[in-house]
Amino acid sequence: MVERRGWGMIAMHLVLIAGILIFCFPIYLTFVGSTLTHFEIIRPPMPLLPGPHFVDNYTQALGSGINAPVGRMLFNSFVMAMGIAVGKIAISILSAYAIVYFRFPFRMLAFWAIFMTLMLPVEVRIVPTYEVAASLGLLNSYTGLILPLIASATATFLFRQFFMTVPDELVEAARVDGAGPLRFFKDILLPLSVTNIAALFVILFIYGWNQFLWPLLITTRPEMNTIVMGLKQMMPTADDYGNWPVTMAAATLAILPPVAVVVFMQRLFVKGLVETEK
Amino acid sequence: MEKRVTFDNRLLPYLLLAPQLLVTIVFFFWPAGQALYQSLLLPDPFGLSARFVWFSNFEYLLGDRYYLQSFMTTAVFTFFVTLVSMAVALLFAVMADQVIKGSGAYKTLLIWPYAVAPAVAGVMWLFMFQPSIGVLAYHMRAMGIPWDPVLNGSHAMTLVIAAAAWKQVSYNFLFFLAGLQAIPKSLIEAAAIDGAGRWHRFRTIIFPLLSPTTFFLLVVNIVYAFFETFGIIHTMTAGGPGQSTTILVYKVFSDGFVGQDLGSSAAQSVILMVVVGVLTVIQFRYIERRVHY
Repeated sequence: MVERRGWGMIAMHLVLIAGILIFCFPIYLTFVGSTLTHFEIIRPPMPLLPGPHFVDNYTQALGSGINAPVGRMLFNSFVMAMGIAVGKIAISILSAYAIVYFRFPFRMLAFWAIFMTLMLPVEVRIVPTYEVAASLGLLNSYTGLILPLIASATATFLFRQFFMTVPDELVEAARVDGAGPLRFFKDILLPLSVTNIAALFVILFIYGWNQFLWPLLITTRPEMNTIVMGLKQMMPTADDYGNWPVTMAAATLAILPPVAVVVFMQRLFVKGLVETEK
Repeated sequence: MEKRVTFDNRLLPYLLLAPQLLVTIVFFFWPAGQALYQSLLLPDPFGLSARFVWFSNFEYLLGDRYYLQSFMTTAVFTFFVTLVSMAVALLFAVMADQVIKGSGAYKTLLIWPYAVAPAVAGVMWLFMFQPSIGVLAYHMRAMGIPWDPVLNGSHAMTLVIAAAAWKQVSYNFLFFLAGLQAIPKSLIEAAAIDGAGRWHRFRTIIFPLLSPTTFFLLVVNIVYAFFETFGIIHTMTAGGPGQSTTILVYKVFSDGFVGQDLGSSAAQSVILMVVVGVLTVIQFRYIERRVHY
């Protein structure tokens, strides 16, 4: 490789490190904010090094919070993210299996019906979707948080593409050995799809965890709030001083699970990200 | 492309498809149909009945100064979010591609902000730049830079652009880095032997070879800025001051839920559906081309 020697390389590292420090500063500052007192923050400039109130602020956030305990909201977010990830994977893998491995009337119609959902993000059809959910009695329920976000063309496409690469000989062999379609799915296709499922799971978990608009509309009771939307409610406003350190503690807790997923499952995360965008 | 070998079963494929189709019909086609239908209605002020008015909601929207302004706001917002996040990401990616030692660590440090939700990113940036408590706002004022995103529209716009671009850098970085690593090293070495300097090599070899990645990211970033930045706007400015940060998606929400103007909101949804449709088609056409690339 060219020009990789001495001072040039060190300068490159220094620039990268400086860039990363600036880039990660918002997150660092949020953490610092969660270890100070409210008084230290509302009298700017706030200190730039962590203070001693870490335990107090986090205990208060998790235990009582401002509108609802953050612990409760984290739990709601977890249920929602898991529900969306598992639900999406389950229904998409089944429908992709049907579309790839069977020939039946209206097959292409079903395929295009699913494809169309790509064109309608929740943000776009927000009012009528809310009305549908409300008329089905789904407000303030986990079902209401999860179900409308579950249909996904991307996951179906991903599985369809993957199934296309599975050799036909496997189906033939399975049929010769007397395996029916369900047996083939359970014993051959599913084990082959494990990596894809895991990669998709990582992406969908983050997607579900980070939802904002839908939980904002569908939950009106504080104990059903998810952490990402609950955070907005915790923010101090002009006529309410609120409690910045507790809010920042909640923000730190809100990003912890998805960040942990990205950092510790980086391989699967990158794979999932690249494949869902294909 | 079709499978050669398939299973024969009359009922099973429909059973397998049923869950997804059911969810799709109930939560996509029904609301989308509702949006289409409502966009042609004008409810009375009490919401008790509605009159069928054909396309007058659309006519009204396209003559509405605030709606046209919201288009402009969205264009400016999208342009700068895309430009800033892609430029910063490309810079990081080029540097991370050059270093040999520690590139894994840099990668990890640069991709984890992807996991931060847009709404949380909004809270974090507001915490830094809010005029009354933000520590950076304080230092800006101390340096004599005028800064008041609560009252000044362009300051508010700068702030939401910064937060939205920041959140998207990780994503772009990942794809740029993958694109850079796919460029054959021999090409770059050959250019270096021919006497091309760093910048010359980047401009004439690396950047053109990255163009599929760049184009792909362009579409993704436009979609992101259009539709996924709702949380940032809602937490940071709520569309204000005035209407200065009301992007189209935010306007659908604020007219529909806050203003209760359902006909207009539905018409806006329909217009946005068309926008998404066009973007999706562009994306897919491009992907088909990439197969041959």
